[in-house]
Amino acid sequence: MHVTITINGQPVSRDVEPRMLLVHFIRETPGLTGTHWGCDTSNCGACVVLMDGQPIKSCTTLAAMCEGHEIRTVESLEVAGRLDPIQQGFHELHALHCGFCTPGMLMTSRALLDENPDPTEHEIRTAISGAICRCTGYKNIVGAVRWAAEYEAANPREQEVR
Amino acid sequence: MQTPAPFQYERATSVEGAIAALVAHEGDARIIAGGHSLLPMMKLRLASPEHLIDINDLDELSYIREFADEIRIGALTRHVELLTSDVLARRLPLFADAETVIADPVVRNRGTIGGSLCQADAAEDLSAVCCAVKAQVVIRGADGERIVGMDAFHIGPYVTAVGDGEMVTEVRIPVKPGAGSAHEKVERRAGDWAIAAASAAVWIDGGTIADAGIALSAVGPTTIHLTRAEELLRGATPSEELFHQAGQIAAQDCSPSADGRGPVDYKRHLAGVLTGRALRTATARALQQEA
Amino acid sequence: MAVAENLPSPSQERPIGFGRLKRKEDARFIRGQGTYLDDIRLPGMVHGAILRSPYAHARIVSIDTSAALALPGVAAVVTAKDLETLGLAWMPTISYDTQAVLAGDKVRFQGQEVAFVIATDEYIARDALPLIEVEYEPLPAVVNARKALDPDAPLIRDDKDGQVDNLASPTWEAGDEAATDRAFAQADTIVKRDIIYPRCHPAPLETCGMIADFNPQTGQLDIYNGNQAPNVHRTVYAHVAGLAEHMIRIRCNDIGGGFGNKVPVYPGYVCAIAGSIVAGVPVKWVEDRSENLMSTGFARDYIMGAEMCAKDGKITGLRVDVIADHGAFDSTAQPTKFPAGFFHICCGSYTLEAAHVKVKAVYTNKAPGGVAYRCSFRITEAVYLVERMVDALALEMGVDPIDLRMGSFIEPDQFPYETTTGWTYDSGDYAETMKVAMDIAGYDELRREQAEKRARGELMGIGVSFFTEGVGAGPRKHMDILGMSMNDGADLRVHPSGKAMVSISAQTQGQGHETTFAQIVAEELGIPPEDIQVRHGDTDRTPYGLGTYGSRSTPVSGAAVAVVSRKVRDKARLIAATIVETRPEDLAWEKGRWYVKGDPDKGAMIEEIAARAYSGEPMPEGMEGGLDAQVIYDPPNLTYPYGAYIAVVDIDPETAQVTVRRFIAVDDCGVRINPMIVDGQIHGGLAEGIGIALMEVITFDEEGNCLNSSFMDYLIPTALECPDFELGETVTPCPHHPLGAKGVGESPNVGSPPAIVNAIIDALHETHGVDHIDMPCTPARVWAAMQGRPEPPQ
Repeated sequence: MHVTITINGQPVSRDVEPRMLLVHFIRETPGLTGTHWGCDTSNCGACVVLMDGQPIKSCTTLAAMCEGHEIRTVESLEVAGRLDPIQQGFHELHALHCGFCTPGMLMTSRALLDENPDPTEHEIRTAISGAICRCTGYKNIVGAVRWAAEYEAANPREQEVR
Repeated sequence: MQTPAPFQYERATSVEGAIAALVAHEGDARIIAGGHSLLPMMKLRLASPEHLIDINDLDELSYIREFADEIRIGALTRHVELLTSDVLARRLPLFADAETVIADPVVRNRGTIGGSLCQADAAEDLSAVCCAVKAQVVIRGADGERIVGMDAFHIGPYVTAVGDGEMVTEVRIPVKPGAGSAHEKVERRAGDWAIAAASAAVWIDGGTIADAGIALSAVGPTTIHLTRAEELLRGATPSEELFHQAGQIAAQDCSPSADGRGPVDYKRHLAGVLTGRALRTATARALQQEA
Repeated sequence: MAVAENLPSPSQERPIGFGRLKRKEDARFIRGQGTYLDDIRLPGMVHGAILRSPYAHARIVSIDTSAALALPGVAAVVTAKDLETLGLAWMPTISYDTQAVLAGDKVRFQGQEVAFVIATDEYIARDALPLIEVEYEPLPAVVNARKALDPDAPLIRDDKDGQVDNLASPTWEAGDEAATDRAFAQADTIVKRDIIYPRCHPAPLETCGMIADFNPQTGQLDIYNGNQAPNVHRTVYAHVAGLAEHMIRIRCNDIGGGFGNKVPVYPGYVCAIAGSIVAGVPVKWVEDRSENLMSTGFARDYIMGAEMCAKDGKITGLRVDVIADHGAFDSTAQPTKFPAGFFHICCGSYTLEAAHVKVKAVYTNKAPGGVAYRCSFRITEAVYLVERMVDALALEMGVDPIDLRMGSFIEPDQFPYETTTGWTYDSGDYAETMKVAMDIAGYDELRREQAEKRARGELMGIGVSFFTEGVGAGPRKHMDILGMSMNDGADLRVHPSGKAMVSISAQTQGQGHETTFAQIVAEELGIPPEDIQVRHGDTDRTPYGLGTYGSRSTPVSGAAVAVVSRKVRDKARLIAATIVETRPEDLAWEKGRWYVKGDPDKGAMIEEIAARAYSGEPMPEGMEGGLDAQVIYDPPNLTYPYGAYIAVVDIDPETAQVTVRRFIAVDDCGVRINPMIVDGQIHGGLAEGIGIALMEVITFDEEGNCLNSSFMDYLIPTALECPDFELGETVTPCPHHPLGAKGVGESPNVGSPPAIVNAIIDALHETHGVDHIDMPCTPARVWAAMQGRPEPPQ
């Protein structure tokens, strides 16, 4: 079947089998390999992308189900050579080691901040509780999300541009 | 990565169309909404439907509506909407209790109440929630609608009253004054299925319990509806002793099996403890409403 | 990869050398531009998938591949018969055992590899698996290691000549049995426990996989793989596949976590190689999560019978009898002379009079492995044992567990300290580190709070562990793997412009080597870290070495980089002497520059020296041009990091759910090169330790069915189970490491489980009489212990 999905603002079309998983569509069609998969069963969050602004797990979503929807991946975060504050926060606070969960964590955290610009530690921990990080023990991820929240609060105009 | 076996896919544009597609495929079709339960099963090849009917476009099934005597929830209403609904927070707070501990926030963005009920996993929380608040499920087929209570809906492990050419469209929950409700769950880790969970609702009138609803998750082949405990509560004055007795009935009337989550006696114990806790909170909330 | 230029507000911390430095590798990862195995697609590449056994033990009667071969898109179905013709049906393990690549005679564990399908895409390859018809004749399975040696137990390894039972290796012993008997005879207190360290799994978020690309024209085999020891793998493939080692190139690009799981050579890798040799095109094989959990290297699975004794308030002796469950093939990852790894470091941080350790390894119908899950060769089991036993002893003696430890610690002036089982600890001030942890925790206040809560019926526990690890294997006179010494190379080139490239044999899986190793060169040569490229993960372009596991990167590879930098610095001194026209002995070094003693304005910067080294100007007498050097570093000893950990737990008295409310970790890993990375390593290991203590376990039913084969049942802590870790540090430099560093990656995983379990028992002992519980401390298991049934895990 023919599927067209808007990925990071660009319509992407391809003939696919109905069973093709969204994560494969993203990784293979536009070749955006930043979105990973880790568990097969909706448990680890490595595959999280935004669908119409909401984080979803792309390894248990069919590409066909996303026809007509807007998908955002980690590759969309940096705009015109400027990192998104959430990316910056992860770098500043050492919130990644192997980097494998990072794209999913970034997208999950980005969605949190879009909805709640000033989250508490518990709100951050809850928001990322569907995403497993095997390396960091989460402490610096929580710190990085706070860093980004504070950066965005201090630089409101920059966010308008985004 | 695990991959599902091949299937045909179609996207429904109306409830009637979805039902027509179900009828046309004579039992080889399944409805997909959130997909975060069905697709893992398909990837593990524990389920291999030949046709998937995607109902995600059916906005007409996504709503929480408040009426004088009932609340109606569309089958496509997502977990996150149940979690954040002001109406439910006010009238049926056990929904938010349950939704904070169902899966994780990302899964809650996609999963739906209809999908949860139709999955009919005995460990699933919303079936117990709906049972406790005496919900009725609207099932629509080519010949019209029928309405069944939760006892008749959830008829076995992974089996519901929904027939081959039918789909769930709505959940109706009666609303009466003096209501309080709560959901309690023990899990091995955030996001896990319950080791045991208890949903309770009470309706208090003049200091006595006019009616009660209690149901348990994960401690039997299906949701356990605690009718004996409800009977005990009806007409009684709420007290710690009463909640304890209800808990004892819960521990007796459930039928858990041993598995990786725990042995039978622990699950019975939890059924009792959580029933007591849910009743305590539900009663406190009801009294708060009355006051 | 100059990320810093793109950042909106980079903080200014940029040490030339040691200190907090943000990571260079982040630039690609935060943009989703890492290159993990599954991201690589080669032209003409086909996909492999493995059919696995549904039985734990069964004879294979027949395999019919015809229906699978008939599926459009399927190129080949490989079985043991096909591999036999290539001589690849069996492969050697790291522990000198053999393992079936594809099962031919029998399957010996559920999930064992039976057939390998090659197809044009992954979906088709997986569609073909159920079309392969295998007729099995089920056999009784051996699941319980204790029953494996029963005379009537089914024989698992009937493939091995002369194997008559399920003993995997002869009983291995350490320590002095007679002296231990004397210590126990003279003791005034003796405690005894059966302690199980259950089977768990490293479960890195990226599963294992390989792309094998064999070129039949040239005989070149290009391998893309995420493994922790690419050079060793190359040598193994040369032996296994009979290929010339110089024609094999292994590239490990970015690796999504390893934690020991990516040390071994797996059958899937050999299948991918065989597939590419047969098909003549690149073959990609990536396992799914269930395959990862069911078939690749598990960790632990030690059943430990232990006795510990004390006299006059001091720990004096330890006796341990272990049954090690190695699964169906002995592929446990250990240095050759250490079949039980470093388990005999189980004397811990104490001056025992004597200890005696016996380890017996058995085969069972379970997946093979025995890898170190963030642990230096069974040290985790050893530390868990001794720290649980010390607490048991304190309970028996009615003393505070910290007081007992404090009274039995090896004292600072006793280092180097020779333990009764033969280790030479390098340095330490254990009591000081313990005190720092107590201060951060507010230990006395916690005990007061606990007493108050107990009076109200609340359950709160405070648990302590104090560990000493031996990491950085190891000296070539003692240690090798498959005959290869556990040394590591470093190759440093300073380019004419003064920028540098250092090639290393360590293999990062997230540890930040590109940053840390650049900082080592920066510290030694004064070249800014951003001007130093760290090259790794390509056997054609890096020196030989044994890779990254056992916390050995900084102790061995880091030392190699320090030594090679000093070699370059020494050469730079001679060149500098030519530049400033003086004798080398008249020059002194400051970071980045040789200068004339007594005339500090006169000197030469490292860039200037580098330019000179490649220029047409004369070099010192007899010296070659260029500014580079190579070393192979042979560590004189292990390094011995240590730490004091305190866990505070709350337990719901009714539901038995355990919450780790606080976790205090004070590590002494010697000199810290990048404290930010060190802290990050500790955070990560603590989360894993919480997982192991509370939820991570691989269990089997009586038929040998694996009950934890997906992340729905193999539970890993989320952000909600982890507290906001509280870290502290002391610094006792390693006397024999060129930088004084000791290694840290595994310490938190090693040290945290006993602290948590001790805390749980501390919470439950007084009120419920609990004096023992085995991990994982799930709500059900804690509740059972509270009912007087501390049942061992399955």
